[in-house]
Amino acid sequence: MSTKHLLGIKGLSADDIQLIFETADEFKDVINRPIKKVPSLRDITIANVFFENSTRTKLSFELAEKRLSADVINFSSSNSSVKKGETLLDTVNNILSMKVDMIVMRHSSPGAPNFLANHIDANIVNAGDGTHEHPTQALLDTFSIRERLGDVAGKKVAIIGDILHSRVALSNIFALQKLGAEVMVCGPITLLPKYIDTLGVKVELDVRKALEWCDVANVLRIQLERQHIKYFPSLREYSLYYGINKALLNSLDKEITVMHPGPINRGVELASDVADSDQAIILDQVENGVAVRMAVLYLLASVSK
Amino acid sequence: MQRRLLLGQPQLAITIGRLCQELIENHQNFENTVILGMQPRGIYLADRIVERLEEFIGKKVDLGYLDATFYRDDFRRRDSPVKANETKIDFLIEGKNVVLIDDVFYTGRSVRAAMDAMIAFGRPARVELLTLVKRKYARHVPIFPDYVGKDVNTLDSQHVLVEWEGQEGIHEDNIWLKNKEE
Repeated sequence: MSTKHLLGIKGLSADDIQLIFETADEFKDVINRPIKKVPSLRDITIANVFFENSTRTKLSFELAEKRLSADVINFSSSNSSVKKGETLLDTVNNILSMKVDMIVMRHSSPGAPNFLANHIDANIVNAGDGTHEHPTQALLDTFSIRERLGDVAGKKVAIIGDILHSRVALSNIFALQKLGAEVMVCGPITLLPKYIDTLGVKVELDVRKALEWCDVANVLRIQLERQHIKYFPSLREYSLYYGINKALLNSLDKEITVMHPGPINRGVELASDVADSDQAIILDQVENGVAVRMAVLYLLASVSK
Repeated sequence: MQRRLLLGQPQLAITIGRLCQELIENHQNFENTVILGMQPRGIYLADRIVERLEEFIGKKVDLGYLDATFYRDDFRRRDSPVKANETKIDFLIEGKNVVLIDDVFYTGRSVRAAMDAMIAFGRPARVELLTLVKRKYARHVPIFPDYVGKDVNTLDSQHVLVEWEGQEGIHEDNIWLKNKEE
């Protein structure tokens, strides 16, 4: 690995991503054995520091850590001294004083993990920072595409939905491009960031055209909790114009793969008849998430200080 | 010293044949015995051994590959991560006799890791170790091979290079002793 921290996909090389994938292949094998554990990280302590809510990512990281035999401590800001006015750096330094080797952090401010990386010595894994990056999600998404379609290079991937508020979108764009895929973003104009085309992605407003173009559709959730103004008239209208259902997929002349990073708003961006169909690899993504996170933690921890 | 040939193609074939006969002596028709080749380099020897064994006894012998990367004891003590290899064991090892196979026996640490990795697949009845080259006076742990192709005296500054026909750019089986910095 060319880095000591995983702050974002932007700082990884294509070789790093391949190494993570090849290591994750072996870990996927491990977690499907009767004994799902290896002793690699037995002398490592990892703190999961979550300043923002999470179910899947936190569980996935915690399982990955435990299957690598690491000691795990969990911290969430809702019941902590952060409420009493402690700064981020103080909080983390206090955790590190207890001899913690790695920090997995989710924070609502973009760049929070980069800030920490400049001030502390432990390995840092970004588990999502505001609307910036969510690198392990992009790694597990591309890993799942590679598993389903054999390779990522040359594939056409459309990211559909709330691109503006999505850290998953940005990390996915970087990861897909580094691996040689073509990327399109699609959504209502109000939910597409200005100048997104400068990243070298195609932009499409019509979801049907996006689906006709792509091999894989990565459908994102409408992040109502980050939307402080109205970006579209109503969820019903969004669902009508951008919702993906089985009838729409069946009307295409090819079978595309459907992904979703979860949690799904059923009936809004994705209809149940799609989410539960064979075309969707949503639960494979979740399974692969544990293997990919094991690979990331293993590779970051394995290099001697 | 440039490099010294330890075993060339003709001797190697004889040695592998002899190791197979020793295995047959102890395991007869391999009814309850399986072979595990240790990744990354022991698998080539395991392939050869199984191929010859099957010729001798006229039946299939179970062969698996075992990777011990995640069980090594030098984690965080190296400059770069050790790359993991495929573990491929399509049979149960619970209650079986297992013969672990690696090409070179040196400190014994990788065998220790391999035994840890193996236990994750069940509790074998008995475990044996076969190695083509045993480097003398170099053990770090009390582990000793049961079947040895050739005992050699080596220095820490030397390296045993095992080449198998069919590997990239290699046309003949040969085992060399060479200096590490070469």
